Amino acid sequence: MLNFSFDGIAMQARPGDTLAAALLRNGVRVVGRSFKYHRPRGIMSAGVEEPNALLTVGEGGRAEPNTRATDVFVYEGLVAHSQNRWPSLKFDLGAVIGLASPVFAAGFYYKTFFGPPSRWMFYERFIRRAAGLGPAPHLADPDPCEHRAAFCDVLVVGSGPAGMAAARDAAQDGERVLLVEQDALLGGSLLSDGGDHAEIEATRAAIIAAGGRVLTRTTASGLWDHGFVTLAQHVAEPGHPAPLAQRLWHIRAGRIVLATGAIERPLTFAGNDRPGVMLAGAVQTYARRFGVLPGRRVVIATNNDNAYVTADAVIAAGGEVVAILETRPVASDVAAAAQGRFPVFLDATPTGTHGRQALSAVDAMIAGTARRFAADLLAMSGGFTPVVHLHSQGGGKLNWNAAIQAFVPGATDQNLVAVGAAAGEVVAIAPATHALAKPKAAFIDFQNDVTAADIDLAHAEGYRSVEHLKRYTTLGMGTDQGKTSNMAALGRLAAAAGVDIPTAGLTRFRPPYTPLSLAALAGADGGGHAAPSRRLALYDRHAALSPLWQPLGLWHRPRAYPLAGESLHAAAMREANAVRTRVGIVDVSTLAKYAISGPDAAAFLEIVCATGIAKLAVGRGRYTFMLREDGMVMDDGTVWRTGETSYLLTSSTGGADRMTTHLGYVQHVLAPKLRVSIIGQQEHFAGIAIAGPLAATVLAVLVDAPPPAHMGLTKAVIAGVPVLVLAASYSGERAFEAYAPGHDAGPVWDALAAATAAHGGCPYGLEALEFLRIEKGHIVVGGEADGRTTPHDLRLEKMLRKAGGYIGASALQRPALLATDRLQLVGLASPNAIPEGSMLVAEIGARVEGHVTSAGPRVLGEGSVALAMLAGGRGRIGDTLIASSPTRGQHASVTVFEPVFHDPEGTRYRD
Amino acid sequence: MLLIDCPHCGPRAHAEFTYERTRDSVVTLDMPPEAAMRTLYERENPRGWDEELWRHSYGCRQWLVIRRHRTMHAIASVADFDDSVTPC
Repeated sequence: MLNFSFDGIAMQARPGDTLAAALLRNGVRVVGRSFKYHRPRGIMSAGVEEPNALLTVGEGGRAEPNTRATDVFVYEGLVAHSQNRWPSLKFDLGAVIGLASPVFAAGFYYKTFFGPPSRWMFYERFIRRAAGLGPAPHLADPDPCEHRAAFCDVLVVGSGPAGMAAARDAAQDGERVLLVEQDALLGGSLLSDGGDHAEIEATRAAIIAAGGRVLTRTTASGLWDHGFVTLAQHVAEPGHPAPLAQRLWHIRAGRIVLATGAIERPLTFAGNDRPGVMLAGAVQTYARRFGVLPGRRVVIATNNDNAYVTADAVIAAGGEVVAILETRPVASDVAAAAQGRFPVFLDATPTGTHGRQALSAVDAMIAGTARRFAADLLAMSGGFTPVVHLHSQGGGKLNWNAAIQAFVPGATDQNLVAVGAAAGEVVAIAPATHALAKPKAAFIDFQNDVTAADIDLAHAEGYRSVEHLKRYTTLGMGTDQGKTSNMAALGRLAAAAGVDIPTAGLTRFRPPYTPLSLAALAGADGGGHAAPSRRLALYDRHAALSPLWQPLGLWHRPRAYPLAGESLHAAAMREANAVRTRVGIVDVSTLAKYAISGPDAAAFLEIVCATGIAKLAVGRGRYTFMLREDGMVMDDGTVWRTGETSYLLTSSTGGADRMTTHLGYVQHVLAPKLRVSIIGQQEHFAGIAIAGPLAATVLAVLVDAPPPAHMGLTKAVIAGVPVLVLAASYSGERAFEAYAPGHDAGPVWDALAAATAAHGGCPYGLEALEFLRIEKGHIVVGGEADGRTTPHDLRLEKMLRKAGGYIGASALQRPALLATDRLQLVGLASPNAIPEGSMLVAEIGARVEGHVTSAGPRVLGEGSVALAMLAGGRGRIGDTLIASSPTRGQHASVTVFEPVFHDPEGTRYRD
Repeated sequence: MLLIDCPHCGPRAHAEFTYERTRDSVVTLDMPPEAAMRTLYERENPRGWDEELWRHSYGCRQWLVIRRHRTMHAIASVADFDDSVTPC
């Protein structure tokens, strides 16, 4: 026997028991409280369709809320807790709400919206506390999950008799077969038939002998395009410590066989949710497979022949069949044959149930006469619904089958076939004809507490479409996705509308088939592995200085290098000050870099770049920017002519992937005839910028040659490593960028760092770089150039190539882009801090006229400066506005300036 | 997850490819401004077959033209982008 606990009470289970079987074995009737009304609920089914028995299994980070008791197998030490009850399962205060249940009728949420907001606010607090499932654990799950990909010729989903046979035949035909089963055992319905298990084992052995593969505890949870199926495998049971908890398979299957079986439907009658009311097939499964009969005196209510199999199982397990209530007025052959052995009542239907916590009696209406039966178990069968979820997910059509009153798989573009019960091979039923008494107590969706009355109300209020019905009543929106409720609800809606069920329609089935934990979806891609991490070539050099790191896309770059006890802001100010007054070095390796060469290299660049290229002299460079086809600035950077027909193009770090694709698009799609080669060198070259009034001095010491003039380039050697030195300034000071192959860049950094320190400088990070470029008025892609700004908006229009011919040139001619009231780049200054991202208003509460894109302190002076986009900004220099951030409660009075606060003439970086 | 039969690499998962744009939204360099704007903003949005430009980004990096059904996701053909054919 296995030891486990439920709500702190020690219990024992037999090996092979589901938690549901074990709870029934221990006489547990109430396992949870319902979602809205907190009604006591018991186990209703024996499969993954279970709407009621949702438990939290496991403890701490391993706790899995909303685990179906029917879909977890007991292991030694399992800990389970009931949910949505307070203070205890037996006595639940929330059940008091049950007395006020009209409050929670269909559309309640929506109706409160029509009242004053205060009313909704009041109800929201009330609802959030009352309605709910198990709480999500807030500790990390200690057990890992993984993803795995596989291929097969044939994927068989479900291991009942139809699935086993299909898998065996395909494997013996030499096909690569994968058979998956969500249960721990193969066999499906065979397990509940009390039949010969040796036959199941023989078929399993035959599949494996023929090269097939079998996965148990594995659910086909999604069927996507072109035979792609995701499988969720419980390597360990929920809550069980394990080196691997779950595996998510990505399967590409040549052919798919759906042997997913059918799910039994409840009958709709008043009190059908009382613990002790179960599906007939579930009673059969508990009796035959687990040797547990969940009651002694059994009433069976049915509209089909399958219930007689249940009756036999009850007798075999030692129970008593008190009555079989047949909704059918005329006995079928099976019913007629059973009339001698069982008390069969025709034209009979349950009308109510009794019992405080669990069932004690059943009311029935038999051919117009009311009658009461003492019973502790009511087994109901409303027929069977084929599991068509995967077929429908894969785009397959559904056909209505009137004999079984259910949808069956129809045409599909997938290479897919449904077999057995999934294809509609289930018992025929007689649709209900009896009028429903007390529809407010007759549950249709047990998990979401939707009654027949709710569906009637929704219909009366005009919700005729099944899609509207679903959203209005929350029908089928629980974790069970309406597996037991959809058909009953459709039937009720169709009857109210006076149409047949196919006309009423069906909501789409969507993955996953059963709930999938986020841990399984994440697999190994969690924590530090959530995304790839790109590391600078000079990572070790930076790490030795213990910087604050800043993620930038997938990169991590030093944000600042604080000294002991120094704040981020103080460190950045010290670093920026060094650049303005002496010298600093910064790692700029992440910039996108492309070597572009060939006879048509200049022609190519004139397509990509909106600035002049052709006149650039060898050994010289220029600022440039690129437009999208709609004329908006896409990216910016520099272009350098490194030889007669060769160029170096740099662009922003964040736009690097987009730029790589864009250059490829232009080369291969727009201008395939140009003779040009493009080599991406972003990661090949490490780059170090040297900036400050002493930058040229530092460089001269190292290269023993005159540094290049501003926007010039030269090849040199630093610390024995060949480097390309470009003279370009982002900070507004005299500056150079030295590029060396990443693997060799360490000594270059060391030499530059030592020389910089010798001249009173230091390395600086992104924070200082921001302060410097904001003061200088340099835009950044993603900040000022946010995809909605033209060159004119950003005051770059004078650099546009007059002759045109670049991407975006014609779009710029559109009149709306020349309007003078567009958001235009301006500078802002204030004696106080300017909140970044704030809006610009004439006074608080007034119309928004623009926004602050980036802000920082003045490096050498007092106060702060910002770059902003302001409506008609060019004509508003000298205006006073308020930069207002109501969410942060920060407001600053600002004055509008030209967008450059440092050395507007550029005298500091020219020679 | 579509299965795309790359003419160079064989059948590969969708995740290896990058969608670029529909083929009729290629703005050629010689297009007059009005035609360029029509191509950008007044495109057909067929509920059915369409030709699309894709790139086999995590494979051979070739630019491909895929004829795909936009609601059913069926793929009729995958071919190299051929510069001898004027984009329609």
